[in-house]
Amino acid sequence: MEFGEWISIGYLISACLFILGLKKLGHPRTAPSGNKLGSMGMLVAVLTTVTDMYLEGGAEWTLIISGILVGSTIGYIMAVKVEMTGMPELVALFNGFGGAASALVALSESWKYIENPELSLPTGLGLEVLMIAAGLSALVGWMTLTGSILAMYKLKGGVEIFGKWFRTPTWGPSYLNYIKILLIGLVIVLIYLSISDPRNEDILYSIIAVSSILGIILVLPIGGADMPVVVSLLNSLSGIAAAFTGFIIGNSVLIVAGSLVGASGLILTFIMCKAMNRTLPDVLFKSFGGSEKVSLTRTKVGSDAEEVAMMVDGAQKVIIVPGYGMAVSQCQHQVKEFADLLQDRFDTEVKYAIHPVAGRMPGHMNVLLAEANIPYDQLIDMEDINSEFPECDMAVVIGANDTCNPAARTGEGPLAGMPIIDADKARTVVIIKRSLSVGYAGVDNDLFYEDKTMMLFGDGKKMMNELNAAIKEL
Amino acid sequence: MTPELLIGSVTLFILSIFLGFELITKVPSMLHTPLMSGANAISGISVVGALYGANVAFEGGSTSLSGLLAFLAIVLAMINVIGGFAVTNRMLNMIAGKNKKKED
Repeated sequence: MEFGEWISIGYLISACLFILGLKKLGHPRTAPSGNKLGSMGMLVAVLTTVTDMYLEGGAEWTLIISGILVGSTIGYIMAVKVEMTGMPELVALFNGFGGAASALVALSESWKYIENPELSLPTGLGLEVLMIAAGLSALVGWMTLTGSILAMYKLKGGVEIFGKWFRTPTWGPSYLNYIKILLIGLVIVLIYLSISDPRNEDILYSIIAVSSILGIILVLPIGGADMPVVVSLLNSLSGIAAAFTGFIIGNSVLIVAGSLVGASGLILTFIMCKAMNRTLPDVLFKSFGGSEKVSLTRTKVGSDAEEVAMMVDGAQKVIIVPGYGMAVSQCQHQVKEFADLLQDRFDTEVKYAIHPVAGRMPGHMNVLLAEANIPYDQLIDMEDINSEFPECDMAVVIGANDTCNPAARTGEGPLAGMPIIDADKARTVVIIKRSLSVGYAGVDNDLFYEDKTMMLFGDGKKMMNELNAAIKEL
Repeated sequence: MTPELLIGSVTLFILSIFLGFELITKVPSMLHTPLMSGANAISGISVVGALYGANVAFEGGSTSLSGLLAFLAIVLAMINVIGGFAVTNRMLNMIAGKNKKKED
């Protein structure tokens, strides 16, 4: 037996590294080493492939090396340059690229037979496996690409074209669900047709077009706050696309790594849904965000920064509750300044209450606050900090709404059963928010109207700056 | 493609899916995004398929369209891989790095 026949052992090593890496990524202590194991697995896989090609009769290096160099450089620059606030969008974009790469490999394999009529197609089972795997890889891959790009713009909130800002639309009448099913059926028919006519370009183009449309109408009806769940689902899909690509070229590491990511991504999607008290079908097929919202009948008089600054003076314990609004206005540094002022001037104890789904992505608050150099031990998970609110003098809610809406405790409405931060149990509550408008779930928040609540109406960054200035003047 | 080979591949596929379900059980919420991003980087494994596809020669100064498609696939997959691992590393350094300092 020659050395070349043993080369596939490299893929086994790589698959083991991926498994260990994913496992370790799930625990805080081991997560950094898990990420390193995963990247080592990728290195082993690439080296194995290149060695295999070399031993198989010489590799053509021009395209290979330049592709690796160009891709690595772009990826590295994007990852290093991105602001941590824009990180969820970047993850969504990378995910789309992963899906597109799988779909392109499938397309490249199919195209080989179209541009070389003398190249003989596999027969029988081989042909069926090739066309079905290529079709499914294209379906999932192109869908992941268009869906991820739309998700990225939804996370951004809009797109700027020629200096004009367009909000990313959210649109989803219920008949759209039937169209989705219809389009998936159409792709299956097209794949079936491609088996009997493998060199037909039109079928290929149709599959690409229909799959791309599917990705868009899958993400279009979903409201901004559900976007993390969708990105996680798309991540799972991009893994599945890689696994299907593995069937095309008959490569074990693609099948193993792809299906691992597909399955663990799906589990992560369910975990995220659970934290928001939603189910995946609800997120995907019932677009309840952004459509009908309760019209407000109550009003509340806003307070000003000086008033709040006076209340802060003398508070012994303050808990800050950050939310989506803090991420949008990127005011984490102002929040840190606020906390420092309280600690220095009034010797106040400051903690942060982190709701599992606060922000645009789970863990988003941790990353943002860590970026502002806030000590990790001050960030407390919801379950642990809720018991501290009754003895807390002031809860400062920055751009959070649904995650501290007492309506969730009533057991009625869209928020029913969602775990919330008990900010309403603090002695006074300060809420920094642009208006009284309802949150993503479309439920009015009783907390805003309580006597002990002071509303600071305005953008998070602006209000935090005013508040900090007011404290300095005291 | 023989039936044995196909069954072998399908076995690998199904067992890996089960393994993937078991790997992730309880994940603290602060790790959801890094985990997603790290797993996403691993899905860039399609670079292996792209490498095989791009292993074509230039003939008369140009190459086949299928080769160019595979080249594009390498670029996108490598962006996914390198960018994904790098951004995950950055996130974890921010989350877990602070954790370590505290323990020291």
